Formats: sequence, structure tokens, C-alpha cells
Amino acid sequence: MFKIVYKKELSPGIFHMDIEAPRVAKKAKAGQFIVLRVDEKGERIPLTIADFDRDNGTITLIFQAVGASTMELSKRNVGDSIVDFVGPLGQPSEISAGMGTIVCIGGGIGVAPVYPIARAMHEAGNKVISIMGARSKDILIFEDRMRAISDEVLIATDDGSYGIKGFVTTALQQLVDRGEKIDQVTAIGPGIMMKSVCDATRPLGIKTIVSLNPIMVDGTGMCGGCRVQVGDEMKFACVDGPEFDGHLVDFGNLMSRGRMFREEEAKAKDHVCNIGLGR
Amino acid sequence: MALILEKHKMPEQDPKLRARNFQEVALGYDEETAVAEANRCLTCKNPQCRTGCPVDINIPAFISKIKERDFDSAIGIIKESSSLPAVCGRVCPQENQCEKHCVLAHKGDAVAIGRLERFVADYQLDKNEEVKPIEFAPDAQKVAVIGAGPAGLTCAGDLARKGYRVTIFEALHVAGGVLSYGIPEFRLPKDKIVKREIDNLQKMGVTIEVNSIVGRLFTVDELMDEMGFDAVFVGTGAGLPHFMNIPGESLNGVYSSNEFLTRCNLMKAYDFPNHATPIKIGRKVAVVGGGNVAMDAARTSLRLGAEKVYIVYRRSEAELPARAEEVHHAKEEGIDFKLLNNPVEILGDENGWVKSLKCIRMELGEPDASGRRRPVAIEGSEFELDVDTVIMAIGNGPNPIVASTTPGMDTNKRGNIIADEETGATTKEGVFAGGDIVTGAATVILAMGAGKKAAAAIDEYLKSKK
Repeated sequence: MFKIVYKKELSPGIFHMDIEAPRVAKKAKAGQFIVLRVDEKGERIPLTIADFDRDNGTITLIFQAVGASTMELSKRNVGDSIVDFVGPLGQPSEISAGMGTIVCIGGGIGVAPVYPIARAMHEAGNKVISIMGARSKDILIFEDRMRAISDEVLIATDDGSYGIKGFVTTALQQLVDRGEKIDQVTAIGPGIMMKSVCDATRPLGIKTIVSLNPIMVDGTGMCGGCRVQVGDEMKFACVDGPEFDGHLVDFGNLMSRGRMFREEEAKAKDHVCNIGLGR
Repeated sequence: MALILEKHKMPEQDPKLRARNFQEVALGYDEETAVAEANRCLTCKNPQCRTGCPVDINIPAFISKIKERDFDSAIGIIKESSSLPAVCGRVCPQENQCEKHCVLAHKGDAVAIGRLERFVADYQLDKNEEVKPIEFAPDAQKVAVIGAGPAGLTCAGDLARKGYRVTIFEALHVAGGVLSYGIPEFRLPKDKIVKREIDNLQKMGVTIEVNSIVGRLFTVDELMDEMGFDAVFVGTGAGLPHFMNIPGESLNGVYSSNEFLTRCNLMKAYDFPNHATPIKIGRKVAVVGGGNVAMDAARTSLRLGAEKVYIVYRRSEAELPARAEEVHHAKEEGIDFKLLNNPVEILGDENGWVKSLKCIRMELGEPDASGRRRPVAIEGSEFELDVDTVIMAIGNGPNPIVASTTPGMDTNKRGNIIADEETGATTKEGVFAGGDIVTGAATVILAMGAGKKAAAAIDEYLKSKK
């Protein structure tokens, strides 16, 4: 059993949880993910690691309670335990000194998984410019953390309630327009956002890394449900990724596959809502 | 006594009924039938059956005990050689092993050795006897086993009985490997059989740590250098699904057999939404492949409510790698075998969902390297099979996580770990391997045989080190 030691609702429906998992925390690296199961009848859900604390043996998760399983998780409180927690999974981000100027883009709750990458990039001595995107100011997360480890932070909100009015690509364009020499972009967020970023950087020839979170069951290479088309190759996001060269990813197929169980997901959500915690 | 040429039939659920439920198909012998079947055994002076058993069970001896109605002694004899008799009695391909060598097989049916094994194993499980924990010496040496599938469980059981402290590290949240995620409930009940066999191993003194991925959480070197294990056995199986690399495999409605069966068996998606993992089954399903896994996927599809299920296989019936009994059961349940057909493309609709499977007809040519006649495409014979779900059951490769994080342990070009056939010794000292990770995808019993040999070799190795 894995104990929840911290919980906070960052904005409506978006939760921060720290889970006690010392062995995972000891080995976790930026860019990796975990798979958890809330209870004995729960599904295995993959969540990217938003932070880790090796001294206290905890892993930080940021998630949006959108589906049945994340809703179940959001109902658990400090002191409660979840039954399964496995990781760290996937390949860590490639981070080294001398990579130059890195633009780290996080859209929505994608800011959370981009944070440890940005921090490690910064700690390695690279220049980190962060772009944070959200629909509006009240659902922006991790701003203080991002400011603490970035050389510069740009914020874009769809409704203009904070920072630049527009999308993360609007902010990226501003950097390009002012002549910033960008060596790499790392973008994490909804599929459509990552696709837009890649469409913007492709003609500029800027290397762009995206982190994918497709449907998966085991997270260890066994089910193949997370397969994505990267260039001419079929890759498994869980063992080959989750990070890939964004210019080679077939986002259309990725987003289509993300909808495979949409009807069932709606049904599951109804089920959870109807019976509450008693599943 | 006159020879009875036919083996006693095992009662089964009616095909029409069972094709729509997940309860076990074969119901097992009762006591009288078991004794009658045992009495068919001629107690040969020079019994051949035993030579066909990968774990060398003393078959004539346990059958003799059944004749005497001494079922406790019968299962005792089996357990000297096998850690998982209730499993093997159900899923071993006995017709190619022990029963193939039975002298009665020359004239009629072999003695139903598998059914007898199942009978005594179930007899003992149903008694719910206390398992006696092993008393380990204070200075007992420690062995780590990676993977709680058939190879790992067998190796762990044998080593514990020899007095070693064994910890099994399992990546999934449930032990059992393919017994839990792969083989369906209707062929191998999980709570009734698999879980109880594993529970008994734990009661005996084997430690199982689930949710533990060696290669990520800790490496093999860390197990030996920092965590105090004196030897390691790698039994990580064949878990990486193959696809055909034909267009359309990324469409919605296409599963690997691993994903499909894992959702259903391990995650119990057949009980959705009571269990939270979804599965989507269409009206018409094509399962590509001809092995046991393909039969399992096809029969599972029926039980999930598919109206029409096809097996699409590129060779003919004679070459089907599945057990004869599985093919027979599948046909009884109404699976439609599209033999000598090979998929060339999966076609999708405007929403990215499968709408048909394009196949080409095949004919058998000259024998290939495997000795089977090579299937050759008949030019211009393409046709579309109207399906909305496609399940790829064409085999699995080795998972690279352990090998890629263990310097000094060599693999071949396919990624299988190189290990001595008799001992399981790898190229790294103190590290042994066996089962599908070494041989490529094979059977439960062959993996158990490899686990058994490795346990003996690890015992030798550790004695020499002491």
C-alpha cells in the first residue's frame, strides 16, 4: 500500500498529491512516469512524475479529475493509501550541460511534468525559458516553482486574464521574433498543443521534444496499447518513450487513439458518480 | 482385464452455454472416473511417459497411488517435481509430452495423465490444508528471482525447498505472469487455482514483491552488490507483442493479443464498469494467428459478446500451432477458421476505426526452415473480411528492460538472453535465466522445466561458493 502524505486542490478539479514510495523516489528521473491503481477494482493509470523527494521518499503527482479513475483518486485524502504504485517507467529526459537555450513549454497540467525537466536543464547549466499556458489565470499551476528554476517565464492565457492573450505558440513566436536563439524546445500538454508547437518549430528547424501520454495498460512494454507512429517506425511510448522527436510524431493518429475508449470512459464516469466511493 | 482403448471423457460445459460465460470449460474428473482412468494404466516395466515430462514427474508412481485411492500420496509424488500441478494439469500440451509416449497411444488413447494430475491437484487444493512453512537457517543464502511467471515460480519453489531465502520481484501488481494476464479464466481459473498455488508458495516461505520492475527500481548488479542476493534467476518471459507491420495497425479497434487478454484476464474488463478497466469489442472480430494465444483471444471475444469471430491463419489446419484440444473447443463454440489467408492491410472508416481486414489467399509450397510447408500468396486473390475488431496474436518477443541494464549478461540478436541449456547459467557470474526470455515464446511447462534446472544449478553454484 502507498500512502498519500500531501493533497491540495490547486484549482478546481486539478490536484497535487504526494505519495510515499521511497524506492521509486530514489530512482526517479526527470521525464519518467509511474503507473498506479487506486483500489482492487481500479484500472492502471499512467501519470508523469511532477517531482520527487529522495529524502522524504515521495513522488509528486499532478492530475486532473476528468475520468472515473482520476475522480476516484481525487477522493482519497492524506493518510489514505492506494493499492499499487509502480515505477519509475520510461526513458528519462536527455539532459546535459552545454545544450544551450531550452524553451520548456507546459500547457494546462502539462506544466507539472515539464517542471522537473526544466529544473534539471537549469541545474545542468542551460538557459531555461519557460512558457506556461492555461485557459485562464485561475487554472494556472506551478507558477512559483517554474519561476524559481527558469531564467525567464512567459505566460499565455486563452482569455488574456494573465500574461499574453493567446496560446503557448503565441509566446513562442514572440521569442522567435525578438531573435532569441533557441537550441531545443520541450513541450508537454494536450496533443493538439504539442502538434501546434511542432508545426511552429518545424520550419525553423528547432529540435522539439514532446512527452506523450497515450492509453496504456501495464506501462512495461507488454500490451502495445501505447504504440505511436514516429517517422517510419512504430514505437511503444512506455519503453521507447515517453519522449520523442515531435517533428516525427503522427499526432493525428495519437489523438484518434486517445479516443478509443471514449464511450466506455463516459460509462465508467457515470458509474463512479452514481455509486460514489462504494465501488 | 480387457484394454479400454478410449480415455474417460471429462465433463465439459455445453459449448453454446460456455461460449457466453467465463466459467471453466472443462469440469474435471470425479473420484470414480479418476480411479477408472488410472486403472487403464498398464504399469509398464519400462515406462516411457516420464521421458516426455519436462519436469520429470514420476508418472507411473502417482497413477499407481490413484489406483489405490491414496490421493494424498499421489499429489505428494507430483509435488516432488512440480510446483504448480493444478496449473499443469490444465494447460500442458500432454498430447505432445507424457501422453505421446504412453504405450496405449499405439493402440488407442493414451492414459489421460493430464486429467489425472488435475484431479489430484484439485483434490488437495480443495482440502485447504495448512502449508508448513520452511524453517530457514539463520545464515541461509539469498536468491532473487525476476518475474513471477511459471519459470520464476518453479525456480523459487525448488530453491526454497532446498533452504534458500527467495524473493521474487514481479513487475505487475499480481504474481503469476502469463498464468494471470494471459491464459483466460475459462481455461485456468484465477482465484480458484492460480492464486491458491501462488499463496501456497508464499506460505511455504517464498517472498513475492509485486510492483517491482528490476532494471528500473534496481539493477541486477544492485541486487547482488547492495541488496545481499547471492544469485539471481531471470525469468521475465516473452512479453513484447509483435505486430505484422502492415498498414492500419494503429487504427482504433486493433489490439495486440497481450493487450486484449491483459485487459480481460488481469484487469477483469469483462466485469466493466464494476472493474474500472474498459474493453471494446466489436460485432465481428478477426484474430490473426494460429497458436494457443489466438484461440484464447478468439474464445474470449465470443464471451465478451462478439457475434462473429474469425481465426485468420496463413497456413492450413495441420500447421496450427495450438493444442488440438483448444482448436476443437474453439470450433465447438463457433469460431470460424479462415485458414490459408494472410492479412495484408487493415482498412479504417472516416473516424479511424477498423472497418475491414484485407487478406490474400495462400497455398502451401515447399517446406521451409521449420519443416512446415511454406505458405505462398496466390496473386490477385485479395478480399476484404468485414470486421470491426482485429487482434494480433502472432507472437511475442523478449522485454529488453532487464538485459539492457545488466552489463555482462549477453543476449542473442533477437534479444533473448544467452543461457546454458542444462543449467541456465548466463554469461554473467551468479546470474541464471530460463523460460521464454531464453527460448522465445514457448509453453508453461517448458518454462517450468527451465526454472527447475536453474534451481538445481543455482544450488550447486551456491554450495561451491559457501
